[in-house]
Amino acid sequence: MEQFLLGKLTWSALPHEWFTIGGTGAFFALGAGVIAFLTYLKRWKWLWNNWLTSVDPKKIGIMYIVVAVFMFARGALDAAMIWLQQILGASNVPGVLESQHGYLSSNHFQQIFTAHGDIMVFFVTMGFLFGLINLIVPLQIGARDLAFPFLNTLGFWLYVAGVVMINCFFLVGGEFGATGWLAISPLSELQFSPGVGVDYWIWSLQVSGIGTLIGGINFFVTILKMRAPGMTLMRMPLFTWASLCSMSLVITIFPILAITIALLTMDRFFGMHFFTTNFGGNPMMYWNLIWMWGHPEVYVLIIPSFGIYSEIVSTFSQKKSFGYSSLVAALIGVTVLSFSVWLHHFFTMGAGADINAFFGIMTMIIAIPTGMQIVNWALTMFRGRIIYSSPMYWFFGFISTFTFGGMAGVLMASPATDFQLHNSLFLVAHFHTMIVGGALFGIFAGITYWWPKVMGFRLNERLGKYAFWFWLIGFFVAFTPLYILGFMGATRRLDHYDASTGWQPLFIVAGVGLVIIMMGFAIQILQIIVSIIQRKENRDTTGDPWNGRTLEWATSSPPPFYNFAVIPEVTSRDAFWEIKKQKKTHVKYKDIELPKNTAMGIYLAGFVFLFGFAMVWHVIWLILASLIGCIACVTIKSFDENNEYTLTAAQLERMEKDREKYNFLKADVLSS
Amino acid sequence: MIAKLLIFAFLITDLILIVTIAVGDHTMLILQPHGMIANEQRQTMIIATLLMLTIVIPVLTMTFFVGWKYRAGNTNTKYTPDWDHNLKLQLTWWGILCFVVLILSIFNWKTAHQLDPYKPLAVTTKPITIQVVALRWKWLFIYPEQGIATVNFVEFPEKTPINFKLTADAPMNGFWIPQLGGQMYAMTGMITPLHLIADKTGEFPGSTAELSGAGFAGMRFIAKSVSQSDFDSWVDSVKQSPQQLTLETYNKLAQPSEDTPPTFYASTDENLYTTILMKFMAPSSNKSHLQNEATKNEMPGMQM
Repeated sequence: MEQFLLGKLTWSALPHEWFTIGGTGAFFALGAGVIAFLTYLKRWKWLWNNWLTSVDPKKIGIMYIVVAVFMFARGALDAAMIWLQQILGASNVPGVLESQHGYLSSNHFQQIFTAHGDIMVFFVTMGFLFGLINLIVPLQIGARDLAFPFLNTLGFWLYVAGVVMINCFFLVGGEFGATGWLAISPLSELQFSPGVGVDYWIWSLQVSGIGTLIGGINFFVTILKMRAPGMTLMRMPLFTWASLCSMSLVITIFPILAITIALLTMDRFFGMHFFTTNFGGNPMMYWNLIWMWGHPEVYVLIIPSFGIYSEIVSTFSQKKSFGYSSLVAALIGVTVLSFSVWLHHFFTMGAGADINAFFGIMTMIIAIPTGMQIVNWALTMFRGRIIYSSPMYWFFGFISTFTFGGMAGVLMASPATDFQLHNSLFLVAHFHTMIVGGALFGIFAGITYWWPKVMGFRLNERLGKYAFWFWLIGFFVAFTPLYILGFMGATRRLDHYDASTGWQPLFIVAGVGLVIIMMGFAIQILQIIVSIIQRKENRDTTGDPWNGRTLEWATSSPPPFYNFAVIPEVTSRDAFWEIKKQKKTHVKYKDIELPKNTAMGIYLAGFVFLFGFAMVWHVIWLILASLIGCIACVTIKSFDENNEYTLTAAQLERMEKDREKYNFLKADVLSS
Repeated sequence: MIAKLLIFAFLITDLILIVTIAVGDHTMLILQPHGMIANEQRQTMIIATLLMLTIVIPVLTMTFFVGWKYRAGNTNTKYTPDWDHNLKLQLTWWGILCFVVLILSIFNWKTAHQLDPYKPLAVTTKPITIQVVALRWKWLFIYPEQGIATVNFVEFPEKTPINFKLTADAPMNGFWIPQLGGQMYAMTGMITPLHLIADKTGEFPGSTAELSGAGFAGMRFIAKSVSQSDFDSWVDSVKQSPQQLTLETYNKLAQPSEDTPPTFYASTDENLYTTILMKFMAPSSNKSHLQNEATKNEMPGMQM
């Protein structure tokens, strides 16, 4: 009976260690603070009606970014704990720590780097990315909404469910996977990891992965079907192109992730043998599958940033993008090639020289389209008039880090050298360069660039530039030592090492770099606060603060909740650039249809979360109950045909005259 | 002002970095190889880097120069806001990049085959075979020709090709002696060969490169290269060791343990390595967990 009611849950699952108590305490304090604040301001209803149940991609985009910022803080805390352990992990630290290798147990340390990797990839970079795509892509293609508004809110709430799941172990269980961010098999099998940690990993990624897949399908269809009249594929802005490429990757690879994790679940839940070491299981198959997803996944992260850089370079050079077709070809090239390189993550598994060399060469070929983009950005700046606003700083930061990271990548693409560099800190430095210097710098550039569009006022430039310098220098100070440590033979994920290796000073330098980066992050938070205080002075009244070229600048800042009263006609690549040149003609308003808010995404994601939680703890009744809940939600939603409302031409005309009042941040929801 | 301060701080830390490396007596293991394979791998690395720099340096210089020259403040320069296409320029650049990658690819193909860890070394000296078993969390070395075994310590004669035959009775591990050459995974129920050689005598650190559970950081060992006569006398001394590696002692050894000190076994069960391999080949033998005697006639492990 107890088994049926509680599954594997016991009292010992409740927090009793310092980090679980601390984590739980922190989350409860944060939650209590938010609840008190909202109650004090009497904003509960407003929050529910205007934000949480919203299907407006602009609002969902903002919510994605807010969650991603919080998760960044959590992931950075993990990074700090990893760093501290690696400094103290040298065997010569005198005093109490001498005998026990740092301040963390090896298992706890392994849980931290596992969580760090998963959080930074799935919940920070992916969160920022989906946030930006939600905010900008509909505006850039002249759409009022997405193809499937409900799926957008569902995708977001599944992402949130994943976030809750990955933090849930603080409260219940006290243990996360200690198996590396991809839960490598056979280590992640019951045989070697009997606890619930890997199950939390499984359900966190499974739930948020399904959300990502839904989002990917949604944006893929939106970009293909909902562009403004006249916007042919070859007239699409480059960020939209990049998003299309990234989303097509998502659609192709996330099913692989879902199936791989499902097979691992079957191994762990039903005692099957897909990836176990015995009974015919094959761990190597897991590696192939997870990297068939995993390698394209890093391109999912970086391709949108390529698009952002293209937009920024063109705008701030006050010049058309040079070699547009070349840039598009490069994006597509990277997208397609990314499927044929996964094996370079395990040359050392011994597939043989022919296979290794093939995958090595495919990897090197990716350098061609990537290099071509850099050349085209340089040629875009050539004979331009470059304005050095902070987005351009991020661009040059990207160029200086990414080129070296790329070289390190090509070096490791050669099997002969990879045997010496694989799983060393050189590799760790390489992929941090690509994701921080490549993807994250692009995201920061994009946020700075589009902030005035979304919020209606500019970010403080001065603080933005300081933040950039802290990030860039912190980056070099933190990751140069890791490249060197790789040459010194330091492998990754070590919780302790011998002092005679001489690694400790370099770990300390890397830690200093981390502190500098964190100061950069703090300045960014400060920048946002200061900018909000000074919002009156930095107000963007034109809707076009940077003299932009693409359609998102054609509407006011912040845009009205319907984006465009009249969908603009596109006649060339830089659509808004053309519109600016033309004289204003008289507009004729028509009735428009907009989607209604729905809370079903929250309910459904809630049941999915409960399902995952019940699967972690083997609570049979809850598994069944939450499944029934999911099916009920989907059924009810399927029969709900009343999910749009009409804005009449007269209403629209009235709103257009007072756009300030009807911008999406202020306007109360009209549909309910 | 703050930017300048930051750059200053950056230079200082870099200086500290360089000084630490220059003054310290520790080695850049990968850049100071003591074996033929590691040496060639280092060479490959340097050539590939130089090849890449031939294209990276011009592109970087060009980008930064253009960025500096066409700044908005510099109004002496030409401004062509609508210049967005030039077929010749595009083709030239695609061509240059393709050419560089083509050369890199040919180089890649050649070296991947030359330095394939499966390939026996082209050295006339008679090689020595050492069977390696990754355990939780230590390395077991079995010398089938000498009939001895060691834990977390491996010794071999210099200038003699070593045929490591890796397998595991644990999650996947990566067997790595940086100064002798690249790593190879050790996996259950399979043998992965790794051919290395030491050019001189010395002690080289080795470790696992793949996460395999709680104690994996302690899976360090010393790989010691000695002269042939020293090796022979070392084998004799190990044969005097009181410990024997029977199936029974192996079963005890295979239990998880951390930071295991070097251990020496005077003799080993002849079939031990095969038994460890077979454990994962046939499910039935797993239950009895090595308790039943493996016969010599059993098929050998799958040779990958």
